[in-house]
Amino acid sequence: MTDPLLPSAAIHVAIDRQLLDACAALQLLIAFAMLAQRRIVSLVNLLAAQGAVLAAATLLLAWRTGQGHLYVSGVLTLALKVAFLPWLLHRLIDRLEVRFDAEPALNVSGNLLAGLLVVVFAFGLAQPITHLASTAMRNAIGIALGVVLLAFLMMITRRKAISQVIGFLSMENGLFFGAMSATYGMPMVVELGVALDVLVAMLVLGVFFFQIREQFDSLDLHHLESLGERR
Amino acid sequence: MKTAALAAQLLEIAVALAAAPLFLGWLNQCRAWLSNRRAPSLLLPFRQLRKLFHKDAVLARNASPLFRAAPYVVFGTMVVAAGIIPSLSARLPLVAAADAVALVGLFATARVFLSLAAMDVGTAFGTLGARREMMVGFLAEPALLMVIFVASLISATTALPAISEHLATRTLTIDPALAFTAVAFTLVLLAENARIPVDNPATHLELTMIHEAMLLEYSARHLALMEWASQLRLFNYACIGFALFIPWGIATREIGPAGLALAVPILALKLAAAGAGLALIETVSAKLRILRAPEFLATAFLFAVLGMLVRGLLGAPPSP
Amino acid sequence: MISSVSSPLAACLALLAAWLAVGVAGLVRPRDVRYAGRALFLVGALIGAALAVIAARALLAGTTESLVLPVGLPDLPFHTRLDALSSAFLVLLGAASAGVSIFSAGYFRGGETLASGAGTAPGLLGLQYHVFLASMGLVLLADDAYAFMVAWELMALSSYFLVVTQHRIPEIRGAGFLYLLMAHVGAISILLAFGILQGGSWQFTFDAMRTAHLSPAWAAAAFLLALVGFGAKAGLVPFHVWLPEAHPAAPSPASALLSGVMLKTAVYGLLRVAFDLLKDPVWWWGLVPLAAGLLTALYGAVFAAVQTDMKRLLAYSSIENVGLIFAGIGLAIIFLGTGSPALAALALGATLYHCLNHAVMKSLLFLSTGSVLHATGERNLGRLGGLIHRMPSVAVLSLVGALALAGLPPLNGFVSEWLLLQSFLFGGRIPRPFVDLLIPMGAAVVALAAALAGYVMVKFYGVIFLGQPREPSLAHAHDCGILERVGLGLLALACVLLGLAPVQVIAALSPVTRLLAGSALAQHGATWWLLAPVPMRTVSYGPLAVLLVGGIVIALTVLMVRLFYHGRVRRARAWDCGFGALTPRMQDTAEGFGQPIRNIFQSFFRIERELPTPTDRQPRYRIEIADRLWRGLYEPLGRAVEWLADAVAIVQRGRLSTYLLYSFVTLTLLLALVLAA
Repeated sequence: MTDPLLPSAAIHVAIDRQLLDACAALQLLIAFAMLAQRRIVSLVNLLAAQGAVLAAATLLLAWRTGQGHLYVSGVLTLALKVAFLPWLLHRLIDRLEVRFDAEPALNVSGNLLAGLLVVVFAFGLAQPITHLASTAMRNAIGIALGVVLLAFLMMITRRKAISQVIGFLSMENGLFFGAMSATYGMPMVVELGVALDVLVAMLVLGVFFFQIREQFDSLDLHHLESLGERR
Repeated sequence: MKTAALAAQLLEIAVALAAAPLFLGWLNQCRAWLSNRRAPSLLLPFRQLRKLFHKDAVLARNASPLFRAAPYVVFGTMVVAAGIIPSLSARLPLVAAADAVALVGLFATARVFLSLAAMDVGTAFGTLGARREMMVGFLAEPALLMVIFVASLISATTALPAISEHLATRTLTIDPALAFTAVAFTLVLLAENARIPVDNPATHLELTMIHEAMLLEYSARHLALMEWASQLRLFNYACIGFALFIPWGIATREIGPAGLALAVPILALKLAAAGAGLALIETVSAKLRILRAPEFLATAFLFAVLGMLVRGLLGAPPSP
Repeated sequence: MISSVSSPLAACLALLAAWLAVGVAGLVRPRDVRYAGRALFLVGALIGAALAVIAARALLAGTTESLVLPVGLPDLPFHTRLDALSSAFLVLLGAASAGVSIFSAGYFRGGETLASGAGTAPGLLGLQYHVFLASMGLVLLADDAYAFMVAWELMALSSYFLVVTQHRIPEIRGAGFLYLLMAHVGAISILLAFGILQGGSWQFTFDAMRTAHLSPAWAAAAFLLALVGFGAKAGLVPFHVWLPEAHPAAPSPASALLSGVMLKTAVYGLLRVAFDLLKDPVWWWGLVPLAAGLLTALYGAVFAAVQTDMKRLLAYSSIENVGLIFAGIGLAIIFLGTGSPALAALALGATLYHCLNHAVMKSLLFLSTGSVLHATGERNLGRLGGLIHRMPSVAVLSLVGALALAGLPPLNGFVSEWLLLQSFLFGGRIPRPFVDLLIPMGAAVVALAAALAGYVMVKFYGVIFLGQPREPSLAHAHDCGILERVGLGLLALACVLLGLAPVQVIAALSPVTRLLAGSALAQHGATWWLLAPVPMRTVSYGPLAVLLVGGIVIALTVLMVRLFYHGRVRRARAWDCGFGALTPRMQDTAEGFGQPIRNIFQSFFRIERELPTPTDRQPRYRIEIADRLWRGLYEPLGRAVEWLADAVAIVQRGRLSTYLLYSFVTLTLLLALVLAA
């Protein structure tokens, strides 16, 4: 045989599986990046990126398995989560004039460490499920669960209201990804309903934020604690 | 030991010694081009070494024998490391003596001696540099070990040549685990070799130095050996990166002259690409505050651990 | 003469009795320093060396012997037994104590114990020292619970007296009290474990415990109690609080024995209980020592990096190494419980090797701090510096120890860490859901602790020996005497040999792993200079080759530089960046060197800081770093005990009529019981 080695020329048919796994890994990376990010503008961009990866994975899965409704789902994701919602959030941020977030509860390293433990927990939980599922992307169920838990963690450790909303949206992305990898997506009517709910929630929350800012002159959620009972 | 193997081993070491200053010269040229400056000559590091060897060594009055011996020890460990890393061939005799973990240990030995030498003369900046170097080192070493672990989990061995062979002979795949660890490795490379964004190799302000502060007291041949050793370290790290992530082109079967003759230009090509890439990273980044350096390395560590977790969960990339 | 003895166990017991005799001989002339030094300690060193030789031969021959001594209770005499595990640890005891005893022969010739009469007489010190050694030997040879506990208690008491040698100083008395308290808390736990292990037969010999059948719950309880008891003795977090107080308080040879050898007897105890008395450990038991060990390793390393007292630094470093050892034991239990005896043998081999390495490395460093203390009278790192010029032989020998403890190839510290990391890498194969993900992450913690050890050693060596002297009185420091040099040199030689000959050491440790895990440590490469004990993998390590090639390269470099260029040297002042007035005080202090660790690992410490304000006439900066566990765990516990004691004290009224009432009530109760039965 030849010496030295040259790369094997056989790029085989399973490249789409590899791309799907790569999408999953990228999702996890984006979730961690959101956990460590301090600037809200970058958070929104990361959310858009997460939506883009999700759309790409959906379209790829649609192409591989030939299921028509996944095409629709992918285009919907692209329109909603990559284009519309980030634009809405950017407009909100501009009008509310928030740029940075306050320091999270733990410092950045503590946050990342907590995120790591959460991910290990999610992976451990997902291992038996992985054996039971029969889809092409069953390996990614653990990652989806990890993304959801990381988004939850992000919501807990933030103080500004905007970043909590972004965490909520990120969680929804993770759930969608999990559903796709476990069962090739939810029924179409459920997906449309969820999309509508998210849209309405965004609009309501936008109004809510203006009210909070008028009341407390800041979007720092610690001010909401003053509404609690005096002990 | 066969004479062919011994000759190949010596060739690899000789190539390392020659290529290390050349690599640094190429890196500086790329940086100059990217900053729209006129580039210095490619052979400038060689000329600097030669100039330094000719000079008289000036030592502080209270420098101990450790101070005089440290440059030789650091240089020696870097040369031994160059002999172990499979830059040209994966079947050399010295590779059985040390695996990747021992390689990290050798780098640690060099770092410890460098720091001890910096503390020897007892000036403020020397000890400050020693403290900072050890801080960067103690965070970078676990990250590097994690990168090697992920590679060893994939190839079931921690011997670097075996890892290279395994990764080169398997079919081409997109492996997210290796992608994450490649990012982690790049970050560690930047930190350990005192490149921007962790340290500025061209600074003259002592308060901002990490690596340069330890060389403040050295002159002449000692400084030449230290400089050569740090150039060798950069070369070694680049070759480790190639062995882990771009392993094609390393001679594996016999150590024949044909194989080696083909391996050298392939290595040169890889080094050129790596130098350009590093120069690009350095040009677009700003130097971090020393306070932020641990966060930088924690990011590297996180990438490596993520790579390991993704590998553990996703398993091997699918093959037909 | 010794080689003709056919029973190694009898020979070992005779040597232990000889130690006791040497100790008693010290009472003949307690105040005579030269007698104590030349006669007693040197004879003790010879006995230690003989013990090491006999135990090594027994280990290599694979002998197992039992003997019943005519000492002890009427129906429970002392059972003793020499098997592979005991032999390995006896080698450790003998070798380390030989080096320390030779050093002590030169060390106790003067110095802090006698200068002001404040402290124990040297003859009495010799008694305590040799009783300590003999009791540790008996712990290693004991084959029934009674002998074990008697020897354990003797070890604790004799070491207590060694710790409070300078008992006029109140801090040292406090440290001794804490030490004794924790030792007894641990002893109670061990006693309870033995109580469970006898499993209903009420025979307390180890043979009976080996054949007892325990239900899984009771076996787990016994294991956990043994872990708590032996962990408290070894310094596992959170039972470690006595270690940083007691080890620095003792004189340096005693500190060396405490850190180097006594902690390993606790490891021996756990190995004996977990692998020998409790056959077939369950896999999940191993998670507890693994987690506790990793936490301890990180804790010890982080605290060591911020210390300003050189002996406290070494004490915390001992805690770190004990953590690594316990992590290895936990890993071995997990491997054994999930059906991989070969991997368990690898993890156990790494653990035993690390025990051996740490004994010699830590003893070497503690002894060198003794020399430094002798020469300068200072323990505070902020008042040392530049001693490499005044004490060259101590500096060179402790450089070997510092490099070894930092885990650098080709010395011995690296070999055991290499083996431990290799066994961690196999954690991904364990067929249990979370464990296979978490164990490779444990490898990351091991790597972090090892890297921190390097940091700590650079701080230790650099601040003490390198740089400029921080106090003018350091100019009067003198190098150590010939006996101390021999002691240090022997230990340094052991470090080098253990590092360069790992194949032989692994071959010697193989009978032990066969005894404990049922699998020998095989060599998968079969050369005398290449270590390749890892099954299923093609990885090897040849320290001799690395050293040889490195040495050749360095020699060639020196030669060629001299040949092609020149070797001229000129001396001048140190570079001062144009500032001109550099003083030794401008060097980095010990606190400064620990500052990055303090920043990064803030959550481990409880820091109290006093910062100067801009308007201070005499600005002061004060920082106090304390252990969180002390305030969070031990002080509330202490308060609870005091509250309980106060509550019980109600019983003691002080009035005679009340006590007569107690007797009356007890009598009536007993009569009622007799009537009812």
